[in-house]
Amino acid sequence: MNLLQIQTTLGQTEPISVIMFFIFVAITLYITYWAAKKTKTTSEFYAAGRSVTGFQNGLALAGDYMSAASFLGIAGMVAMKGYDGLIYSIGFLVGWPIITFLIAEPLRNLGKYTFADVLAYRLQQKPIRIAASIGTLLTITFYLIAQMVGAGSLIKTLFPFLSYEMAVIIVGCVMIAYVLFGGMLATTWVQIIKAVLLLGGASILVVMTLLEFGFSPVELFNQAAEKYTDTVLSAGSYVSNPFDAVSLGLALMLGTAGLPHILMRFYTVPDAKAARTSVFVATGFIGYFYILTFIIGFGAMVLVGQENIGTFDKGGNMAALLLSENVGGSIFLGFIAAVAFATILAVVAGLTLSGATAISHDLYVNVIKKGKSDEAGEVKVAKRATLALGIFAILLGLIFKGQNVAFMVGLAFAIAASANFPSLLLSILWKKLTTKGTAASIIVGSSSAILLIILSPTIMVDILKYETAIFPLKNPALISIPASFLTAWIVSLMSKEPAAEAKFEKEKLRSYLGVGAE
Amino acid sequence: MKSTEQVHQILESAEFKKMVSQRWSVALFLTALMLVVYLGFIFAVAFAKDFLATKIGLHINIGLILGVGIIIFSWLLTGIYVYWANNRYDKTVGEIKKKI
Repeated sequence: MNLLQIQTTLGQTEPISVIMFFIFVAITLYITYWAAKKTKTTSEFYAAGRSVTGFQNGLALAGDYMSAASFLGIAGMVAMKGYDGLIYSIGFLVGWPIITFLIAEPLRNLGKYTFADVLAYRLQQKPIRIAASIGTLLTITFYLIAQMVGAGSLIKTLFPFLSYEMAVIIVGCVMIAYVLFGGMLATTWVQIIKAVLLLGGASILVVMTLLEFGFSPVELFNQAAEKYTDTVLSAGSYVSNPFDAVSLGLALMLGTAGLPHILMRFYTVPDAKAARTSVFVATGFIGYFYILTFIIGFGAMVLVGQENIGTFDKGGNMAALLLSENVGGSIFLGFIAAVAFATILAVVAGLTLSGATAISHDLYVNVIKKGKSDEAGEVKVAKRATLALGIFAILLGLIFKGQNVAFMVGLAFAIAASANFPSLLLSILWKKLTTKGTAASIIVGSSSAILLIILSPTIMVDILKYETAIFPLKNPALISIPASFLTAWIVSLMSKEPAAEAKFEKEKLRSYLGVGAE
Repeated sequence: MKSTEQVHQILESAEFKKMVSQRWSVALFLTALMLVVYLGFIFAVAFAKDFLATKIGLHINIGLILGVGIIIFSWLLTGIYVYWANNRYDKTVGEIKKKI
């Protein structure tokens, strides 16, 4: 094996991947057509008529969460940095048990379509809905930018006959079709198919990789250590500053429990028990997926070689693709490339649906119409919001072309952890929480997260090229999460709300027993 | 559904209160366990690099086992909660709901 030079078709148009991608789009559009006939009411549009089973929703949750960025990005990070990539991926998993223990069941029992429903259950509609929409839309926007820019650059490599702009527009249009016509039902099935393809594709890749090592992961790690010394098997520069690592860790952990498109999924199942089952299934699949990416990363390190991976992309993003060609030839590369494309489509569809729901259900119906809106009118607004948000996503993709947007996923998680998670948790657990306290906590959480990241090395040093940054940590969560909790606590104690306290007792009937849950 | 007074009685009943406090004892205990294990791992990575690099094979080290172990641990912990909730919690919920 000549390790310094590799032959690859990556960067050339591979007919197989184009064909596979078209098959995926054709099948998912057919599902959308089928789902469109079943999507008339608000409950159908936002929540698939609550017809999704716990297991299906578990797969869909995993599909929503396993983005192309985590597949290609984490496998690449492992390939280039070894063990550090594992530390990073663990952060993305540990939020799921927290959702199971603290959030899933009360969320399902108290809400209808959005997490703002839970907050507004006993607090004042208007200010709460506005504040929660800000938290939701900020999270969605930053997440969308990262996904759209990633999509454009990835597709440019996988399908070189497409320009960046064309790629962004195609992703935007197909995704709009899913959500606009098929609502949550189509989005859920796109998510399930994509999750099966991604887990299946990654599993085959791992099996084919391990075949080269006598089916022994230990042998793979041994060879990696012999080739690149023992350092690849232990922590490197990732945790040079423990506060940085803890701050990012908290953002990932608690942010997962505050991602609007994830929270929204819990309304697609019939009851709290199914909600609980679905997180268990999702946690299992996501954990399995991160173990696969770890092996894929090491496989690429040994079989493709860090030098070669680095010539395509310094961050190693092409590692999984190069490995798939190495072990399975150009046909398998085509398959994995098509899966990566499908992954992007599914994730942006989920994001757009949850953003559109915040606009129509939280802002239009409960703020502008003060809760008085008919079914047909609300669905119409939800569809318009989908179209608007879809076009917004395409524009974001075009505007941020060529920009360094890697930090935006971290920012989206930081906002979700500091704006959405504290208010949601406190409204479930704390009787004395008030409207003012919640609104202030969301505003302080999101604005401190944004402000601190602007002052952090992530933007000041890496992007604006200053020598040093004003705020020392790369991720703001270590400060912004406590700031949000503290604000909720202080402001709530200063603004007593007896009506909300009284409703807390009544709420228990619904949150614990599921009486009256929708 | 019975009257507000009876609903109030159920909410005030020892049985209901015990169920709520048990639910949060279990949930908060498991949350704390997850936090301790995860943050403990991050601090171990930061301050006990040598310990994690201790070899237990030709090249395999403790850190490798711990890292993969945390992934499996997270899933098992979720499983423990789901098992408890399906078998214990839901039973109590069902019993209380019968009275409404």
